[in-house]
Amino acid sequence: MTHDQMTTWLFGRLDISSLAILPAIRNPSTSEFIAAGAAIIVIVGGIGAVLLITWLGAWRTLWRDWLTSTDHKRIGIMYIVLALVMMTRGVLEAGVMRTQQAFGLGGGFLTPEHFAELFTTHGTIMIFFVAMPLIAGIVNYIVPLQIGARDMSFPVMNQISLGLTTTGAVLLMLSLLFGQFSTGTWSSYPPYTGIDFQPGPGPDYWIWTIVFSGIGTTMSGINFAVTIHKERAPGMTLFKMPLFCWTVICTSIIMIFALPPLTVAALMLAADRYMDFHFFTNDLGGNMMNFVNLFWLFGHPEVYLLVIPAYGVFSETIATFSGKRLYGYTSLVFATMAIAVLSFCVWLHHFFTMGQSANVNIAFGIASMLIAVPTGVKVYDWMATMFRGRIRMTVPMIYAIGFFYLFVIGGLTGVILANPTITYQVHNTLFLVAHFHNVIIPGVVFGLLSGYHYWFPKAFGFRLHEGWGRAVALLWIFGFSFAFLPLYVVGFMGMARRTANYTDPSYQPMMWLALFGAALIVSAVFSILIQLWVSIRNRAALAAPVGDPWNGRTLEWSVSSPPPAYNFAVIPQVETRDDFADAKTSGRAYADAERYEDIEMPNNTAIGLTICVLTTILGMALIFYIWWLAILSGALVLIAFIGRTYILDNTHTIPGAEVAAGHKAWLAQVRAASPITRDAETSTANRGLARLELPEFTGAAE
Amino acid sequence: MMSFLKSLPSNFGRWRFLVMGLSILLISACSERRSSFLDPGGPIAAAQRAHLIEVVAWTMIAILPVFILVPMLLWRYRYKNRKARYTPNWEFSGWLDLVMWGVPFIIIAVLSTLLIRSTHALDPYKPIASEQPPLAVQVVGLDWKWLFVYPDLGIATVNELAIPTDTSVALDLTSDTVMQSFIVPALAGQIYVMAGMRTKLHVLADEPGTFEGENVQFTGVGFTDQKFETLAMSPEDFAAWSARVKKDGVVLDAATYGRLAAASTGRQAHETFGSAQMPDGVIYFGQVKPGLFDSIIHRYMQGTPVPTAEQPGATGYVPPTAPRGDSQ
Repeated sequence: MTHDQMTTWLFGRLDISSLAILPAIRNPSTSEFIAAGAAIIVIVGGIGAVLLITWLGAWRTLWRDWLTSTDHKRIGIMYIVLALVMMTRGVLEAGVMRTQQAFGLGGGFLTPEHFAELFTTHGTIMIFFVAMPLIAGIVNYIVPLQIGARDMSFPVMNQISLGLTTTGAVLLMLSLLFGQFSTGTWSSYPPYTGIDFQPGPGPDYWIWTIVFSGIGTTMSGINFAVTIHKERAPGMTLFKMPLFCWTVICTSIIMIFALPPLTVAALMLAADRYMDFHFFTNDLGGNMMNFVNLFWLFGHPEVYLLVIPAYGVFSETIATFSGKRLYGYTSLVFATMAIAVLSFCVWLHHFFTMGQSANVNIAFGIASMLIAVPTGVKVYDWMATMFRGRIRMTVPMIYAIGFFYLFVIGGLTGVILANPTITYQVHNTLFLVAHFHNVIIPGVVFGLLSGYHYWFPKAFGFRLHEGWGRAVALLWIFGFSFAFLPLYVVGFMGMARRTANYTDPSYQPMMWLALFGAALIVSAVFSILIQLWVSIRNRAALAAPVGDPWNGRTLEWSVSSPPPAYNFAVIPQVETRDDFADAKTSGRAYADAERYEDIEMPNNTAIGLTICVLTTILGMALIFYIWWLAILSGALVLIAFIGRTYILDNTHTIPGAEVAAGHKAWLAQVRAASPITRDAETSTANRGLARLELPEFTGAAE
Repeated sequence: MMSFLKSLPSNFGRWRFLVMGLSILLISACSERRSSFLDPGGPIAAAQRAHLIEVVAWTMIAILPVFILVPMLLWRYRYKNRKARYTPNWEFSGWLDLVMWGVPFIIIAVLSTLLIRSTHALDPYKPIASEQPPLAVQVVGLDWKWLFVYPDLGIATVNELAIPTDTSVALDLTSDTVMQSFIVPALAGQIYVMAGMRTKLHVLADEPGTFEGENVQFTGVGFTDQKFETLAMSPEDFAAWSARVKKDGVVLDAATYGRLAAASTGRQAHETFGSAQMPDGVIYFGQVKPGLFDSIIHRYMQGTPVPTAEQPGATGYVPPTAPRGDSQ
């Protein structure tokens, strides 16, 4: 074996020229400096995190309480941290792209190649590593608490899901250091992403990122669905669940049935690229239309997977901050289910322009418009929830107002796009880009960020700073409006999406407006970090340990903040919908228990982390053709899974006496706290105990 | 179909006026090269614009109440307002629910009817009614330029599509590289072009003008350069144009096509194949190998592999060598 053969055998196609920093030295240009800068940020960020943990002496805590934890609450928080880190990258990339387009009249500073890589990673990150982990995080944290459960049905699988999602995110980050990510857009249509046209590692990065995180998400969906079906507290029938849980059921259905087509499509693309298959190639009977169908068979349910939990959050926050029951609960359940089912019947509207017959387009066009009916019903249900309520303009309500106005515009453009004849014109233009950002930012992002603000005190025992929260919400609302509403206009003017540069000067003013909006959004993201910092600094003043800072209506507010590891000292007996609101008025809340039983909880395990590390190595080995390492790490993944099944002692018991002591200490805290009215809920007087303000107490007539 | 097209704008005369005003505002900066369906140059784009206005108008019935009622609700039921009624346990009204479900449903039913009619009427595969005999043009999407073949005239061009006005132009499209999307917004909507497959599109310009056409599906680094001009002209001018192409054009045989198909922008290809008689970034071919378009499609459908070296646009593509004396 010669030296060269040996190197190839050892390192595959990973060589010194794969280092992303090199081009900036060899061929200095703004574009390359930005790429090198991103690589340096990854390296410095990684080293900084390691140093910080070491300086805090937190390695042991990190390992014991977080990385090996099977507690759904901690897994949920880790998902959200992952999402916030990736959101920072995704938003910065968007800022660079907006700057490029603002200066893109006849050129700009980025090479088309670099621009293409940016919009590919931006899309992939925002969908799979921001929106999805945010949802998985909030669902993980909240659902067991809302249904009166002590953990998810499959706590270990939960950890593995997080591990696999993290694998995808790590691969995306590594693509900044080694080789480069795909330029084939987030939807990665072949044959452009086939081996003939893109022989480099880019599309392989996309494939393995999607495959690993896709499997993780499918498992999350199974976990959520089973948990809701099997772990509800006694008395909580399906129609007594908080609406958020209903939206999670719908989202789980989509996760279970919509993610596999994507995973399979990505694996088929991998078969084309690695093993000379011809599923999607131009020759030998390959047909890229099959990829497009499979991708959108995932892709369209996906957007509802994202937005439905956001509907759930708005259902909770609007009812809570209006001090009222949710209007039209049953209607909302049926509307959500209708959306989830219809979401599987509309995928073809992503390619009305592929040449199928008018009747096919008509069927899918009408199905797409039909979704507007249940969606409209939801919006009106939330308005009816505010009707005859007592509305407090807290941060989640500001998001809700932004949602009402902007999401409805997104709905209008959605109805426009459901018409094939109009889509023929605006498809693939910035109109489309504006539309899906218009549903994803005011819908998904506003919903999830309002959920973050709403449930943060539950998770950490102190509220987030209200003023910074308002700033963040307003920056998002105005940032979105400036960044995306102008894109509708240039879309109508015929500007294609994904254009690094253009020659028509009439686009430029709109591009400058959009850049201004992007700047506001970047400030919004940094304001989230500042808000977190300020809130942690003031955590003593913002503390609300009693657990009910917003006069909440559902079970998660009936326990301390943060809740004990086992969530409920005594599993609650549920009597009505909005059970905690009812318990507070009827005096059932904060009751002492007669007896406390021993609680069996799952043990810590390192399997999730092990799988994460091994699949990351497997992914890198496959991307760079390092076959020995791929076989080795693949085998180790299998051994880890099989080995894990030999561990039979998986739970530990928390003695009833310990549970009793914890619960009684908290109840004493409840008795000592002074209840506050809603006008004081954002003041430091709010320790998490609510004073009831029913009509008979407020003097208003019912 | 024409009756349908005519019926659309009249229903919404005032809206139409508004949108035309808006379009003129938007388009004024680039009035010579028209690139939007809001400034239509033919019946299809005009009908698409009219349909857009109708959809927006009907949807407003459901949307305007949200815009108006949300601030009213927020003000009336603000926490501090003790005079407003407070009914914390009110959660359902049958009549309200009927309206909430019923009105959107009726709107969607109306929109669905419009959708069915317009989708059939504006089907890109359907010839457009006109008194002139139709003109056939074959379109090949290449990296990063468009090849237009006029099979009946025996000529071809790169990045310039000339058409006579008031004539239904039947475009047959394919790609000899990755998928692309062909559009001339001021005339008609887009259609995907894919290797080994044939899609169809019909366009008609009812006035002379220059309409921008482009590929709007991302295809790599030269993507933003893949634009062309559609020149709509009177039948007499068109005849003169085709005679000029015939006279000034070079020969498009299999080998020339093989070299033309290699990844390059129109401007780069013009430098290789073009001459001073041809407009910038445009190439004229006065003689075209018969059956070229079909051979491009069928090459992928033989049941035998098409190696990377024979796939234009692929990184490993090896174009045929240029004859001696040629610049390439």
